[in-house]
Amino acid sequence: MSVDHHAEHPTGISRWLFTTNHKDIGTLYLVFSFIMAIVGGIMSLVIRSELWQPGLQLVEPNFFNQMTTVHALVMIFGFAMPAFVGLANWMIPMMIGAPDMALPRMNNWSFWILPFAATLLIMSLFMPGGGPSGGWTIYPPLSVQGGIGVDFTLLAIHMLGISSILGSINIIATVLNMRAPGMTLMKMPMFAWTWLITAFLLIAAMPVLAGAVTMLITDRHFGTHFFDAAGGGDPVLFQHVFWFFGHPEVYILVLPAFGVFSQIIPTFSRKPLFGYASMVYATASIAFLSFIVWAHHMYTVGMPMAGELFFMYSTMLIAVPTGVKIFNWVSTMWRGSMTFETPMLWALGGVFTFAVGGFSGLMLAITPADFQYQDTYFVVAHFHYVIFGATIYGLFAAIYYWLPKWTGHLYNETLGKWHFWLTTIGINLTFFPQHFLGLAGMPRRIPDYALQFTEFNQWSTVGAFFTIASQLIFFFIAIRAMKGGAKATDQVWEGADGLEWTLSSPPPYHSFAVAPKVK
Amino acid sequence: MFIRHIRRFSGIVSRLILGLGLWLSAPAVFAEYALNFQKPVTPVAHRILELHNMILLICVIIFVLVFSVMFYSIFAHRKSRGYKPAKFHDNATLEVVWTVIPFLILVSMAIPSTATLLEMDDTSKSDLTVKITGYQWKWKYDYPDQDVSFFSTLATPRDQIENKAAKGQHYLLEVDNPIVVPVGKKVRFLITANDVIHSWWVPQLGIKKDAIPGFINEFWTRADEVGSFRGQCAELCGKDHGFMPIVVSAVSPEDFTKWVAMQKDKAAAESASGAKTWSKDELIEKGKKAYATTCAACHGAEGKGIPGVFPALEGSKIATGPVDEHIKTVLHGRATGKFGAQMPAFAAQLSDADVAAIVTFERNALGNKAGDVVQPSQVKALRK
Repeated sequence: MSVDHHAEHPTGISRWLFTTNHKDIGTLYLVFSFIMAIVGGIMSLVIRSELWQPGLQLVEPNFFNQMTTVHALVMIFGFAMPAFVGLANWMIPMMIGAPDMALPRMNNWSFWILPFAATLLIMSLFMPGGGPSGGWTIYPPLSVQGGIGVDFTLLAIHMLGISSILGSINIIATVLNMRAPGMTLMKMPMFAWTWLITAFLLIAAMPVLAGAVTMLITDRHFGTHFFDAAGGGDPVLFQHVFWFFGHPEVYILVLPAFGVFSQIIPTFSRKPLFGYASMVYATASIAFLSFIVWAHHMYTVGMPMAGELFFMYSTMLIAVPTGVKIFNWVSTMWRGSMTFETPMLWALGGVFTFAVGGFSGLMLAITPADFQYQDTYFVVAHFHYVIFGATIYGLFAAIYYWLPKWTGHLYNETLGKWHFWLTTIGINLTFFPQHFLGLAGMPRRIPDYALQFTEFNQWSTVGAFFTIASQLIFFFIAIRAMKGGAKATDQVWEGADGLEWTLSSPPPYHSFAVAPKVK
Repeated sequence: MFIRHIRRFSGIVSRLILGLGLWLSAPAVFAEYALNFQKPVTPVAHRILELHNMILLICVIIFVLVFSVMFYSIFAHRKSRGYKPAKFHDNATLEVVWTVIPFLILVSMAIPSTATLLEMDDTSKSDLTVKITGYQWKWKYDYPDQDVSFFSTLATPRDQIENKAAKGQHYLLEVDNPIVVPVGKKVRFLITANDVIHSWWVPQLGIKKDAIPGFINEFWTRADEVGSFRGQCAELCGKDHGFMPIVVSAVSPEDFTKWVAMQKDKAAAESASGAKTWSKDELIEKGKKAYATTCAACHGAEGKGIPGVFPALEGSKIATGPVDEHIKTVLHGRATGKFGAQMPAFAAQLSDADVAAIVTFERNALGNKAGDVVQPSQVKALRK
């Protein structure tokens, strides 16, 4: 294959607008997701500032509800999902020995839907009546009440869903068709495996959300009564459909991060991943189970006893494959020869933090106990531990791990460690006290609270500002590494293993012009 | 070299222990923090607390075990200590063991959970039935057998919420009319909602159930001690979701009978008030109170509404136009299509005197000066 033919590419703005290159698109995804993280982060500070003390200080309840709603939508659909699609774009072709993604033009399209969808979502806040205020779960009949801002949001969700589906098709096509000769499925890097499974989850789950959103739009504007009991519909139907998407969505956010941990822990333990095959099967089991547990979000809606029991048992079962993953990671470390560079810190911190969220998840699975936890700050603490532990720690672990490969420069290791430790202190200060708030009886999504909740809310607010301020270090490190610094070798990390490390640092514009051979 | 590290490390540890000791030995500070469930007062709430404590304990033990292994490994198997990596990467026996053991632990958790769940579900043989209806943003309680019915709204003054007055002990957890139940009796609840989904939650009773418009859910409780038990709406239901508390007052069966009689007298007085002719000042005074509990949540304490969401009453066409239209709007609701939320019908919630008072108040206050007075008889005529 002639390399020269592909070597030309436009510069300036048109490079980014018209690019079909997996690395450029990966970069676009990552930059976009961090812009969204800043937007969502500011919203979380609005929330935490209002909750600094009892009483209404800064914002009206209606605006507070818009902040909790849009914070969640921005963080899930604008930050967490695109960030990992960005990682997949950058890394999967390099890890499986392919020149690029299988469907490069579609790749461009799936990214460029995002900025428009995000604009619609943010614009909703400036419409008459404001943005959506019924929670990111957009339960009817409440979501039928809102103004035009809700319609903007519903349309934005549709567009974000289309983007995710296109991205997933591309990842599946790439992984299944473009692996280097000799790389059988069971020799694939774990990151490619977890993304392959995640992509199938996305293809199965996102259209279900699209269905729910469409029914909501027709209920709002075209006189249907899917969710209106007065017209023969059922508001709880929406919750079933929403969570049929919503629970797999959780694993869409965490499985790729599990893949990252499974790359990094062996590298810095200087020992191969323990139980590779069982890791693959555990991931697949989690993915399967994620489709039959959805109603554990709805224990209090009044399901029949058989339903309550089924969803309790199936949810508890998820602890088994999740446990297998954690045991395998610990066994990988066991009798290794460990060093603790920044990516390893993030990976271990991620496993630890995720485990806290995993255990509170097991507690939430227990139906009778959940009657006390449901819709309290205990749930808020739980899912932030899960999302921070897996998704955000996984993302930072991945970025520090591959940043020298991407830029060709080493970043400042000391600052990276500072970033890790400050973030870890910050998020535990923010979210750990929320467990106690929930147990003591503080409901979630309220702008004002009873006096006995004051102290822990203040810890939490301090923690939130601390966490977000700590992220400035990351932007400083990343931008400095992009601009220059000590040259990174091709291998970068002593214990690293995999095709991406055989490429130069930074890698050529088209990753593998000639397919490598895998033994 | 190594000794020096140890010495420095033990210095840090002893300082940490000292700090932790100081922190724990300051009960005056520590007492402020509630760390676990509120004190349970029903059999089911006790069972849930036991279940919660048991599962928490199991989780903490497993967590400590697993991460002790990890931290031991982090400490011992590090390159800086010259540890050479082993080569193993598979062990089928181990994989089976750590699949089967967690499964068995889960089974041991599932058994008591199932038992508690079955107990919670059994609403048979109840002594009393109460129907709960969630409204944006208040609760209605009906006692069908006693023929008692009333609304329960937040009693915390606006000034406290807006930080203009010192906050009381039960800030945001106090209501005008608490729901009253007899102690030691099994009370069966039927719950539904009028507009959007709400959730009725009283932690000390161990109860949370969603109120869903168009559907009726069922649950039960039995308070074993006298007292006031406070809770809140737990399902996001719009703007004032955080401002619709629940207070359950558990009283002796004798006091309950007295309370029922008192409620009936109150209802009789209220319906008599519909027959008499009121002065303008009386109406405005009554209307001001009724407006604050019924209308202010959407239209605002000053009648200014929220632009684009809830219409202002100040200078509005309804509040300054024909009086019959105004009364009809309050009684039967109105969908203008201009606002996201539609005006709900209040015919079932308000007495004739209430409506007359509210309409009179709205037309003569909140910046409006229509000057007219509405009598309950006029409202009664427009009810159908």
